[in-house]
Amino acid sequence: MTQDKASRARGDRREAGSGGTRLPYYPGCTLKTTARNLEDSALAVARALGIELVELPRWNCCGVVASLTDDDLMRHLAPLRNLIRVQEANAAGIVEDEMRLVTLCSMCFNTLKRTNARVAERPEDLEKLNDLMYKEEDYEGGVEVVHFLEILREIDPETIRRNVKRPLEGLKVAPYYGCTLLRPKEIGIDDPERPTAQDDIIRELGAEVVDNPRKTVCCGSYQTVANKDAVADLAYDILTHARAAGADVLTTFCPLCAFNLDNRQREVAARHPDFEHMPVLYLTQLMALAFGLGEEACRFDLNFVDPAGVLEASQLVKEES
Amino acid sequence: MRSHPLFAPEPRNAIEIGGEVRVGVYVCHCGGNISEVVDVEKVARAAGEEHDVVVARDYTHMCSDLGQRLIADDIKEHDLEAIVVAACSPQFQGGTFMRVLETSGLNPHVLEMANIREHCSWVHGDDPEAATAKAESLTKMAIGKARLDEPLEKRTMPIGKRALVIGGGIAGIQSALDLGDAGFHVHLVEKTASIGGKMAQLSRTFPTEDCSACILSPKMADVPANPNIDLMTYTEVEKIDGYLGAFEVTVVKRPRYVDPQKCSACGLCEDTCPVSVPDEYEVGLTSRKAIYVPFGFAVPNTNVIDESVCLRLTRGGDVCGLCMKACPQDAISFDDKPERETFTVDVIVVATGYETFDAAEKAVYGYGRFENVVTALQMERMIVHAAEGAPIRPIKGRVAFIQCVGSRDEQVGNEYCSRVCCMYASKLSQLLKRSDPSRDVYVFYTDLRAFGKGFEEYYKRAQEAGVKFVRGRPAEFTEDPVTKKVTIKVEDTLSRKLIESEFDLVVLSVGMVPNPGTAKIAEMLKLTESPDGFLQEAHPKFRPVDTLTEGVFLAGTVQGPKDIPDTVAQASAAAARAIRLMNQGEYALSPVVAFVREDACDGCGACVDACPAEAIRIEGKLASISESACTGCGACLASCPKDALDLKGYTNDQLEAEVEAALEDAEPGTVVLVFADDMTGYRLADNVGTSRLPYASDSRIIGVPSGSRVTPKLALRALALGAGGVLVADSEEKSTPYVGSTRAMRAHAAETKRILEEEGVDPERVRSVEFVTVMLAKFAGQIDEMCALVRSLGPIPQEKRDALKERADGAVLVDQK
Amino acid sequence: MAEKIAITSEGVALLDRITKLSGEKITMCDQCGTCTASCPMVAEMDVTPSQLMRMVQLGQNDVLDTKTMWLCASCFACTVRCPRGLDLSKVAEALRQITLRKAIDRIDVREIPEDDLDELPQIALVAALRKLTG
Repeated sequence: MTQDKASRARGDRREAGSGGTRLPYYPGCTLKTTARNLEDSALAVARALGIELVELPRWNCCGVVASLTDDDLMRHLAPLRNLIRVQEANAAGIVEDEMRLVTLCSMCFNTLKRTNARVAERPEDLEKLNDLMYKEEDYEGGVEVVHFLEILREIDPETIRRNVKRPLEGLKVAPYYGCTLLRPKEIGIDDPERPTAQDDIIRELGAEVVDNPRKTVCCGSYQTVANKDAVADLAYDILTHARAAGADVLTTFCPLCAFNLDNRQREVAARHPDFEHMPVLYLTQLMALAFGLGEEACRFDLNFVDPAGVLEASQLVKEES
Repeated sequence: MRSHPLFAPEPRNAIEIGGEVRVGVYVCHCGGNISEVVDVEKVARAAGEEHDVVVARDYTHMCSDLGQRLIADDIKEHDLEAIVVAACSPQFQGGTFMRVLETSGLNPHVLEMANIREHCSWVHGDDPEAATAKAESLTKMAIGKARLDEPLEKRTMPIGKRALVIGGGIAGIQSALDLGDAGFHVHLVEKTASIGGKMAQLSRTFPTEDCSACILSPKMADVPANPNIDLMTYTEVEKIDGYLGAFEVTVVKRPRYVDPQKCSACGLCEDTCPVSVPDEYEVGLTSRKAIYVPFGFAVPNTNVIDESVCLRLTRGGDVCGLCMKACPQDAISFDDKPERETFTVDVIVVATGYETFDAAEKAVYGYGRFENVVTALQMERMIVHAAEGAPIRPIKGRVAFIQCVGSRDEQVGNEYCSRVCCMYASKLSQLLKRSDPSRDVYVFYTDLRAFGKGFEEYYKRAQEAGVKFVRGRPAEFTEDPVTKKVTIKVEDTLSRKLIESEFDLVVLSVGMVPNPGTAKIAEMLKLTESPDGFLQEAHPKFRPVDTLTEGVFLAGTVQGPKDIPDTVAQASAAAARAIRLMNQGEYALSPVVAFVREDACDGCGACVDACPAEAIRIEGKLASISESACTGCGACLASCPKDALDLKGYTNDQLEAEVEAALEDAEPGTVVLVFADDMTGYRLADNVGTSRLPYASDSRIIGVPSGSRVTPKLALRALALGAGGVLVADSEEKSTPYVGSTRAMRAHAAETKRILEEEGVDPERVRSVEFVTVMLAKFAGQIDEMCALVRSLGPIPQEKRDALKERADGAVLVDQK
Repeated sequence: MAEKIAITSEGVALLDRITKLSGEKITMCDQCGTCTASCPMVAEMDVTPSQLMRMVQLGQNDVLDTKTMWLCASCFACTVRCPRGLDLSKVAEALRQITLRKAIDRIDVREIPEDDLDELPQIALVAALRKLTG
């Protein structure tokens, strides 16, 4: 796996300036397996918008969850190494003068950003961590961890609209944010109670934004392992409120939210006979659809609840099959 | 009273000691506040060992009657010529001791105080040994300055009988009436079209349920009836220059487009007006026209045209104008223009009031999005209309009051409690319950604060009426898209059970926030803010309506959240304090002014441009300083190539004597001298002391009028003598009373750093920082940082110290442009 | 019969330890209940989040036997709403760590059904094992 990544990274190396922005990109584990639909759609959409997401060589799992005790240093090692990779990527010329690190997964975003903030706040801890990793170069600070939604938000709306080949007219979308993208306030990319970061993009795709009062309520996160019933009940609450508000689909930006809200609909239906399934898509999948980037980009095959029905109803996929 | 032995050799008379000044030193225990940390007896003993200290005592409360008498008796018995009191901050009891000197026949300016409480015992409580050593040092510094003190002449300015009251709510009205009745002339300036303020919007007032409009109306009517009050409504303060006894005020009268002399408020104009906008008085619940009377009992009771929405005024030409045609009195004219007026007053009362917290900031409560969520102020209006039989909207079913909205909430940045909400919720809830017992009323609170006279009894009446109080702070609301009912999610912390139920109406008990318009007035008058954002009183216990700007007083909620009785009390207090000043007819100016050493001056004129107040002229061949124009900032000192300028009360010799004394017993290179300006730096240091925030004890605070007093020569000499570092803690440019001094202060610091760099000394040893009085942690942090820095750098090597001394002795000029 | 709680020095030691481990000043909790009302997992809990804080404040060692801290999803809803600015997610983590650092795991990966393991994405497994095992 490491060889693959390295060679792909070399293959991706281009002359600076020959086609848009090149940003260091951290995928995280799940995007390479069950959440390939997020990666494929995002990379394709980014390319269409002139952004090359260049995968970091030798990245490792970030650990998913941020370490919350005051004395812990060990659990900051894994995230920290990824920040060092950004330094290395710059030094090797894989990217030029680019210290922003883009993530697609909200949980990776939160964990990496929190570690980055922690070592900035406590230089004595950074010193210890750098010492512990004697085989790695020192982390100098200076990396900025960003979530892909932040990049999208900064793009000129005109650019996005220009790329829309198939406006999603009539589609009612309830954006869902979950937790790790918005909280705590020092880390979050938008207002934790009334986020709107996805709204403008959805409108630029031609669809209608539906406000879901449960859009910032946690999906249950890792409790899905030992407490799937609790997670099913949370999903039921989130999805029925979205439906009551008039939504056809829910969009998300986190593979764990996607699993809990999409795959777990089986458990939801088992516990709540009145439950109506709702497709849960990554925002980038919707964008890929609207941009007309084809099936290899949309990857609806990996979604549990097939969105075809809903998208057909809105006359959006008739050209696809 | 314990009698204390003298800790000095037998008193000697002036001839024997060759003209030396006879100094008396008094070290206060401050009832334990100092003596629990500092060994006060040791400090007194050490002081007594100075050759010219004739008397040195320690006592439990120097400021008490007996303590003051100790000093007075000693002055007579021992022929004392200068007094040092080592105790609390001179900003606290300085006046007390100055009066003791005066009544004992000494000039009050031969007093020096060593601040061994706020700047010592209160911040070094964890290290009594270091605190005692520092107290000894601070006392020695004060002695060093005192022995060079010269009697300074009292300068006085006249004060007249004219007052300005800014703000026409109940606070402003009360102050104005008290001042007017006492025979003083009052300008009452109100920004909106009518006086009355927020109280005019309330239904009934707690705890007696008086009708607010009924008790307020007569007071409002008294204002124009008072011959001494010049009421200016729809008028804003544009500029205030000057000082106590000579405040020059410029106001802008906004055009009403309606002549109040002709208008009879008949309302025919309103009937014809085609423009409708939300009515501010009704908090948006109903609408008003572009031409309107603010409310039923407005004073003045005349119409006004809102020029931001009037068709004629926004589009020009001959558009509309229906009101003008309809008016039987011919009172309307679209040609009115704003009018500027300037007048002079002697004192000012600031009564600009509060705003309610904008509930939309608390997004989880859905204000502005959910139909059935209103604020308490809206509920006041709803109850008034319902009581008159004309309800704006039905109030039925289940009603919830949510407490602490925008108060006691770090997430919105308001840590404080707004003081009135528990009581007004008790009021609104029981009014609703008693007028219709079928309503099911709940109050969701965290604490129920019913502290005042009749408050607990009134809260009980709410419970008696059947209002249910639930201890829990709701986290979020959801609106049912069809019924529009609001589901509240809250924990009943007393039973530890979660409530998730529907309500028909939710009332948000919004807190008070400072009125945004106040910031402008505060800047004009150099008033400081308390940490909660409201304006700061001069002293929280003893001067609750004074400000630190002479002649300016605070009344009402501008100083902090409070209810109507407290507001009225404060308003009368502010008036009384203003009357106290004005009745004296004159007040003493600070005698701290610059002066010229005529034997050194050669009339070169470099100082003329350096003075920010333009107080210096060349007359004949010498510089001449206007004592009334000079503010005493000391900025000119560094501009003189001959060192011919100096500052009374803070001469070069005096400040150097303080520096020498500070460094005398300390390890070389460890002491950081902090020159703190009166307005901010020194007060900030006091505030840090009051908050007991600790910092490094290697610091010595030296008070100066303004940061601009610290010349490069002084800073360089200090380092040459063995100081580790110098910090100038000054006011921000916009709040310093020494207008223009900030530029000089910055120029001095830059020049000093430049010289240090040239001599190979780390320029970080000298710093200037501009503070505000609420920056407690920043102040302590700066001192800690600098003390750590100089310790890590180690003392400056002797050759470099010699070099710095040479540079200081040579001309160190600063071009302050 | 009304329950009694005892105020003991071991209890005080527990409060001090949690205060240090979490970095939060637990005595500042005003018991307002905002955290409880914000918590997505509260329906499954035996003690409410605010009650958890109370038990720590008063040094009740049996707080370590409750289910609450194990049900926390680390969603930080309480963190962004606490009017006192406290971070309850850190307190929950500290409480979990006291048990986990004794090498007592909350979940055993061997007890997760095969089908579930097949289905669960890495993100869920890694997160759960990091939070609920030592």
